[in-house]
Amino acid sequence: MKKNDTKSILLVGVGGQGTILASKILSEGLVRKGYDVKMSEIHGMSQRGGSVTTHVRFGTKVASPVVPEGEADVLVAFEKVEAVRWLKYLRKGGRLVVNNFEIYSLPVLTGTAKYPDEVVEKLEKEVPDLKIFNAGEIAESLGNIKAQNVVLLGALVKAMGLEDIDWESVLKELIPPKLLDLNLKAFKAGLEQ
Amino acid sequence: MKKIMTGNEAIAQGAWEAGLHVAAAYPGTPSTEILENLSTYKDVYSEWSTNEKVALEVAAGASMAGGRALAAMKHVGLNVAADPLFTLAYTGVNGGLVVVTADDPGLFSSQNEQDNRYYASHAKLAMLEPSDSQECLDFVKEAFDISEKFDTPVLFRVTTRICHSKTLVETSARKEVPVKPYAKDVSKYVMAPASAKKRKYVMEDRIAAMKKFSENTPLNRIEDGPKKIGIITSGISYNHAKEVFGDEVSYLKLGFTWPLPEKLIRKFAGMVETLYVIEENEPYIEDFVKIMGIQCTGREKLPWVDELTPEIIRRAFFPGSEEQGGYAIDAEVPPRPPVLCAGCTHRGFFYEVGKYKDIVVTGDIGCYTLGIVPPLSVTDSVICMGASVSGGVGFSKAVEKAGRKEKVFAVIGDSTFFHSGITGLIDAVVNKAPIVINILDNRITAMTGHQENPGTGRTLMGEATHQVDLKSLCMACGVKEENIRLIDPYDLTLTKEAVRAGYESSEPFVIITTSPCALIKDVIKARTNMKCVIDQDKCIKCKMCMKAGCPALNFRDGIVFIDRASCNGCGICLQICPKNAISREV
Ligand SMILES: Cc1ncc(C[n+]2csc(CCOP(=O)(O)OP(=O)(O)O)c2C)c(N)n1
Ligand code: SF4
Ligand code: SF4
Ligand code: SF4
Repeated sequence: MKKNDTKSILLVGVGGQGTILASKILSEGLVRKGYDVKMSEIHGMSQRGGSVTTHVRFGTKVASPVVPEGEADVLVAFEKVEAVRWLKYLRKGGRLVVNNFEIYSLPVLTGTAKYPDEVVEKLEKEVPDLKIFNAGEIAESLGNIKAQNVVLLGALVKAMGLEDIDWESVLKELIPPKLLDLNLKAFKAGLEQ
Repeated sequence: MKKIMTGNEAIAQGAWEAGLHVAAAYPGTPSTEILENLSTYKDVYSEWSTNEKVALEVAAGASMAGGRALAAMKHVGLNVAADPLFTLAYTGVNGGLVVVTADDPGLFSSQNEQDNRYYASHAKLAMLEPSDSQECLDFVKEAFDISEKFDTPVLFRVTTRICHSKTLVETSARKEVPVKPYAKDVSKYVMAPASAKKRKYVMEDRIAAMKKFSENTPLNRIEDGPKKIGIITSGISYNHAKEVFGDEVSYLKLGFTWPLPEKLIRKFAGMVETLYVIEENEPYIEDFVKIMGIQCTGREKLPWVDELTPEIIRRAFFPGSEEQGGYAIDAEVPPRPPVLCAGCTHRGFFYEVGKYKDIVVTGDIGCYTLGIVPPLSVTDSVICMGASVSGGVGFSKAVEKAGRKEKVFAVIGDSTFFHSGITGLIDAVVNKAPIVINILDNRITAMTGHQENPGTGRTLMGEATHQVDLKSLCMACGVKEENIRLIDPYDLTLTKEAVRAGYESSEPFVIITTSPCALIKDVIKARTNMKCVIDQDKCIKCKMCMKAGCPALNFRDGIVFIDRASCNGCGICLQICPKNAISREV
């Protein structure tokens, strides 16, 4: 089997959390750096509340747009239980970034399923390279919880060592002027995590 | 500089570059964004058609007139359009005609997993299968040339991972192609038995020519590598195979997949020691290779169901190879199914219908399919668009025969009703089926991401247009005015009364709900400050309010509360609460 320099990132979350915008910014930055980039997203229906996943892969030449199981260099979970759902995609030694934030699905709300306990403790025990923090709180303190996606993006950029890309200009291009200041701050806050 | 584009964006760009004149589609995941993108190119006429059959006929008409035309649809849409498709293979084209079919391996948002490559071999149409966005762009241009060169419609087959993956694309300028002249030619365009038979001979000549083309076109290419293993593949499977086998094998990468290149396949098979065929879903290429008498391995190792991924290929062909990693913790992960949004207009209707144990709900396809999700759990069947009404007619007839008492409620959305519910309604009226047809009119095609439809008063290109009025339409089809109810489904009293009236009626009965989807931008804006709140002093924690399944209602640490951020103040829970504990914020 082949080996190459392709890097894989998996972003997972819940519909409405802004995973798709985060991966859009990410891919755009990577394209500017001159990488071959492939990104794949599954966003079936327009209702909110379902699981959303985005695959981003980059390198000299990327083959599949889909991150193979066990090969993600970084897994970014926008919601805690989603980290568990997708954990098998993270390669051994890869970094897990988790938003310490819970969104109950309908089966949990109505009591037919249970939101698991002690997820953080269990992740801490199992995954050596783990970064867990509350991006929602950070975004809220900056003015709007919706910017949590960009906080997480900042943390991801740091995890991948991609700080040398001109993210500010990418954000300027993809974020409406009204929200730019908030998002620039959110990105910086993420980098500091 | 190269741009990063989805397959759908690239198809739109490529078609525009190819000088496209007319494009038509009915929305359907994963194809929808092709027309949404095309509508932004002002030199192309783009429309949402009433359904896929209409879309293909619109495109075919444009082609006959001499324009370059494209129709796009999801895989099941091609079933609806199959009737014109098969005969268009006889007539051929004037301007180039490309039919995009977007298949959905893995059923990310579909009711089945059919492999539409068989439409090409069945209807005898040239077929192209791109592997990434650059190929989407290049191949669609090629497809128009092939269509005109061989006088045939071309089937352009993509899948969810092609449509919704972004890869780098080099774009270029539009090539202006004049609309060709039209000359009346009944032997070509009037498919009466005698002329159709003649055209079938013409078709056979065309197929022979296309077979030759398939052998020599660069769309089908051998990628020379080590000869121990050779892989025949196409579409997204090519990328997955490359991911796993890299440059350590040889490939026969097929982009023109009907008619398949027999000689090229034979040559490739002769070059390599072991031959694999790697493809998703059906063994379309593999069967062809085997019928040629060539040994190959594919389906016996690869699954019949679900999308193909690199790890599936890896496990199939390198069993026991070391798994690269992956973590797991001991925790049960609760499911997270899609649900009707907080404040969805469909919710109240299902809540009221769900109270009747002897109502059978023949359902349909749209957001309202989610009425099946507990705790609402309303809906007995979902087959295809339109089947709610016609299936309901049949159900009621068998119930009558058996002397049973179930009452049929057919539930259908506005877009779906225009697509294929009207014919069922006429059937119900003319054949006197005592069913209740519920048109959940939320003023949009919501499920696929909010497209206009004949009831919304806007075209795809943004022009104001006539709004088809559902009530007068039903009356024109023969439903009596006294058997039609227009209700606001946020008002449970009205909804309950209408459901009761329908339930008791012995004639075809229609209920039309009239509130717009809660996710329409203007609706979100209008309702931003409408919130409901629970008075914890009055709440007895009976959880009755939660029976409507609104995801804004939470029960945690012994209290029932409303998530303010997602509530839109629809008031459904407020009307259900027996203790008046819920009120609107002022
Ligand atoms: C033949 C066919 N074409 C397209 C689709 C994709 N599709 C699923 S639901 C839907 C539209 C639903 O709109 P509507 O009936 O208005 O219901 P809503 O989602 O707005 O509640 C479409 C286009 C399909 N499943 N089958
Ligand atoms: S009013 Fe009640 S049912 Fe409506 S959105 Fe708010 S919580 Fe949900
Ligand atoms: S998108 Fe609209 S119709 Fe669909 S579930 Fe949400 S509110 Fe209901
Ligand atoms: S229905 Fe009323 S009383 Fe019962 S749990 Fe809900 S808010 Fe409380």
